[in-house]
Amino acid sequence: MKKIAAAPYQLWMAIFVIVPLFIVAYFAFTTDSGAFTLENIIKTADYAPIFARSIGFAALATVICLIIAYPLAYIIANMSKNVQSTMIMIVMLPMWMNFLLRTYAWQTIIGNNGIINNLLSMVGIEPIKMLNTSGAVILGMVYDYIPFMILPLYTVMAKIDKSIMEAAGDLGCNGFQSILKVTIPLSMPGIISGITMVFVPAISTFIISKMLGGSSNLLIGDLIEMQFLGTSYNPNLGAGISFVLMVIILIVMAFINLIDKSDQEEKVII
Amino acid sequence: MDTAFIQLKNITKTFETDKGVLNGIDLDILQKQFVTLLGPSGCGKTTTLRIIGGFETPTKGKVYMNGKDITNLPPYLRNVNTVFQKYALFPHLNVYENIAFGLKIKGVSKEEIKTRVTGMLDMINLSGREKCSINALSGGQQQRVAIARSLVTRPEVLLLDEPLGALDLKLRKGMQLELKNIQKKLGITFVYVTHDQEEALTMSDRIVVMNGGVIQQSGTPVDIYNEPVNAFVADFIGESNIMDGIMTKDFEVEIFGKKFECVDKDFGENTPVDVVIRPEDVRIVSSADAKICGVVESVIFKGVHYEMTVRADGFNWLVHSTKAAEVGTKAGLEFDPYDIQIMYKTPKSL
Repeated sequence: MKKIAAAPYQLWMAIFVIVPLFIVAYFAFTTDSGAFTLENIIKTADYAPIFARSIGFAALATVICLIIAYPLAYIIANMSKNVQSTMIMIVMLPMWMNFLLRTYAWQTIIGNNGIINNLLSMVGIEPIKMLNTSGAVILGMVYDYIPFMILPLYTVMAKIDKSIMEAAGDLGCNGFQSILKVTIPLSMPGIISGITMVFVPAISTFIISKMLGGSSNLLIGDLIEMQFLGTSYNPNLGAGISFVLMVIILIVMAFINLIDKSDQEEKVII
Repeated sequence: MDTAFIQLKNITKTFETDKGVLNGIDLDILQKQFVTLLGPSGCGKTTTLRIIGGFETPTKGKVYMNGKDITNLPPYLRNVNTVFQKYALFPHLNVYENIAFGLKIKGVSKEEIKTRVTGMLDMINLSGREKCSINALSGGQQQRVAIARSLVTRPEVLLLDEPLGALDLKLRKGMQLELKNIQKKLGITFVYVTHDQEEALTMSDRIVVMNGGVIQQSGTPVDIYNEPVNAFVADFIGESNIMDGIMTKDFEVEIFGKKFECVDKDFGENTPVDVVIRPEDVRIVSSADAKICGVVESVIFKGVHYEMTVRADGFNWLVHSTKAAEVGTKAGLEFDPYDIQIMYKTPKSL
């Protein structure tokens, strides 16, 4: 019975996940005439600086998200139950708006003639170049992906038994020690999934860098897009870059899960 | 020794969502005593405990420990530890780390921690299980780890919030004795919360019966059982026959229109009172000699005794006896003057 119920999902996974993976791999290792080649993979080495930038930006955005989201999730999880759901709805609210629109809005806020610079000029400060900088890209990443960090953190924290926190206080922990010794270890699964959910989309984004980063902040996503839609049409190279990116993400995830594994016993918990 | 170690003065607690949970609690707890707060759920016993532990601040009133005002001191600055209802062990730490937690926070040296934790493991019969995950332990074992975790830092007071509630009857009985032994051995003040009157009678030096956010009676188990101050206490501690009576004059009470000799006085004349007679103090005699006559309605075998109900004058008398009467037969009821407890009527709101 279970098997029959699972069948449609397995079929779905096969058609829309496994098969496309093989197609990407096929294109990555062939020339446009269909002959086997490693050239597409080797050529991605030329784009090492872009890879490095993508990984760096995504990592930085993930860390900033974690730093902002963790206290927020903690505060929300300790509010009264009805306030909690309202707060979570407010966190989710921006996600109801179109992703492009949200990112575009930042252009008008931080642009050279944007809202911030207008306000600055009113008090006599020279306009600051904010748009088309790497900072703007990271800002966009943090803004767009932070709900994906808050949600898993909140979910895990809301489940931590209040009496466990009281026990920590009872045994001599002040507020800070309680968080360090109890909340953080117990919320590790939320931290891991939050990192995953922010880092993966951030490393492969192209629209954020395109809209906020200008031409000097090209990311892997932009590079891949150009191979398919841009002037430098080359789907085989695009597939090759995608393939390498996939491998990088897999390695990073394996590494993060390794940290998680060392806490394996702790994970039984929640 | 006889001065109060912990003092609650006129403690009142109200929650936003609720009306008064505690209404002016005055309580003195002596050092090295095993004190039990006993009452039905919602009577405020757990709130009282949490106020002593520092998890709640009273709306009004003061808490003193050793003569020092600790009303607003946070839990981590109080030399008081708590065993929580659901143990609240740290799921990310093993048995050893759980017990060592408080010592580590206090900055005790590694060797010292090792000796003390090992000693505790010995006491709770869990030696060799140091590396065990908390989830691999049974309820009784988790419970013992929770107690060890709270005792290892040598608090002056241990608060226990219905710690045996989740255990089965046999385990509970064993743990009751174990707890009592631990308390005697370490000479620590225990404040114990329960709704189980038998548990309270077994372990306590002193029982504080609470209801409706008010202390009803406080005294030794024997006092509380034999001399309940009102019908609520009588009813809550053990089983009782509670009926309306009239104190006609000193040493005479009228129940169901019949006059009985008793040992109480100073109630005035013709004062309505509550009369309590314990079921084990009622004897079944042949109906011809008795002032109270009725019909045996049920007989239930309870192991040590039979529990019988006898209906007389429209009241169901509860009788405990080692001899069974027969259902449907006529029976007379007798009791001795000193077994009749007379108490003032309590306001119905309680």
